[in-house]
Amino acid sequence: MEHETLGQIFIITVLSSNFVLAMFLGLCPFLGVSGKLETAVPMGIATSFVMLVASLCSYALNQLLTHFDLEFLRLIAYIAVIASAVQLVEMVMKKFSPALFRALGIYLPLITTNCAVLGVALFQTARGYDLGQAVAFSLGGGVGFSLALILMAGVRERLNLSNLPGVMHGTALSLMLAGLLSLAFMGFGGIGVAR
Amino acid sequence: MSSQPLQASNMEQLLEGIWKQNPVFVMALGMCPALAVTVSAFNALGMGLATTFVLICSCTLISMLRRFIPREVRIATYIVIIATFVTLVDYLIQAVSLALYEALGAFIQLIVVNCIILGRAEAHAAKNPPFSAMVNALGMGIGFTIGLFALGSVREILGAGKLFGISLFGDQFQPWVVMVLPPGGFFVLGLWLLFFAWLAKRKEAQHGA
Repeated sequence: MEHETLGQIFIITVLSSNFVLAMFLGLCPFLGVSGKLETAVPMGIATSFVMLVASLCSYALNQLLTHFDLEFLRLIAYIAVIASAVQLVEMVMKKFSPALFRALGIYLPLITTNCAVLGVALFQTARGYDLGQAVAFSLGGGVGFSLALILMAGVRERLNLSNLPGVMHGTALSLMLAGLLSLAFMGFGGIGVAR
Repeated sequence: MSSQPLQASNMEQLLEGIWKQNPVFVMALGMCPALAVTVSAFNALGMGLATTFVLICSCTLISMLRRFIPREVRIATYIVIIATFVTLVDYLIQAVSLALYEALGAFIQLIVVNCIILGRAEAHAAKNPPFSAMVNALGMGIGFTIGLFALGSVREILGAGKLFGISLFGDQFQPWVVMVLPPGGFFVLGLWLLFFAWLAKRKEAQHGA
């Protein structure tokens, strides 16, 4: 992993190993809020932002825990830090940009239990990324998540207008759609690894 | 006389998690691990059992502590309790089966953010005595394991022609590789959900007629 450049990490995380469609992280919000474009866009932005904050915090935290030989506390520390980071982001946003805060509404607190956010922290630790790589990884994860969410919302908006058999409505069809999207994203498989 | 309805309700609660409110097929919860680790039946079973263990332990503990946890910080408390048990399971799996540990990877630690556990803690364990919470958690855990197993076995049979690593169809079988790749997970889960939706619809139609 050492020889990957920052750009490669970013592109790979956005396309060929997309968080949602290839690594199955953050499926609940992906299926929950991808019904309409108006909700998909702010959700994507908010999650990306929290991912970046969580990635930076957990990088610092990991250094601290490794220094004191407390690796077994990692998981508990990460989840606590993410929860407080979300809370902090919420408070800052409320103070400085009430319009954005209102637009995001309930989605902000729910980001705490988004496994994509904890996933960023855990995967960057497991792969031993340094600070720059961690930032590229979390940015890529956020952009990839938003991309998948927005694509899905676009397709589902069209789907609402079409005529379907009754059983097909709901989650089953969304999963089929996600499968097709995932199949399409597999086509990016070779991108980013070329030297 | 009084124990009879109590037992019936316990049994009902157990069955509720396994069948009527199956977390994977009916409520569509906890789908991230459900799709990510179910490339083989063995992984699926391991993940299901790990989640069941965390579910039972944390729900029982939360239920015991339910009078002492202040409402304002309950979610944070639940998450810390859940994270503790997940760390336990993480080290346990690493000690017992290194192969399983490497196959599941970061997804063992991601059990923390599995919505089933926090959902059970908030919806059931926080309001009920320990035994009832335990039974409910056991039912949900078994239901989740069955769901994962159904996904994992179908994917392994179609994608590799094997079940638990044992070849089923002989050398002539051409594996349907896409089934063990990410899209296959979405397709198989989608088909299972479709099947259950169809069952529910048919039952409804029979009752209506």
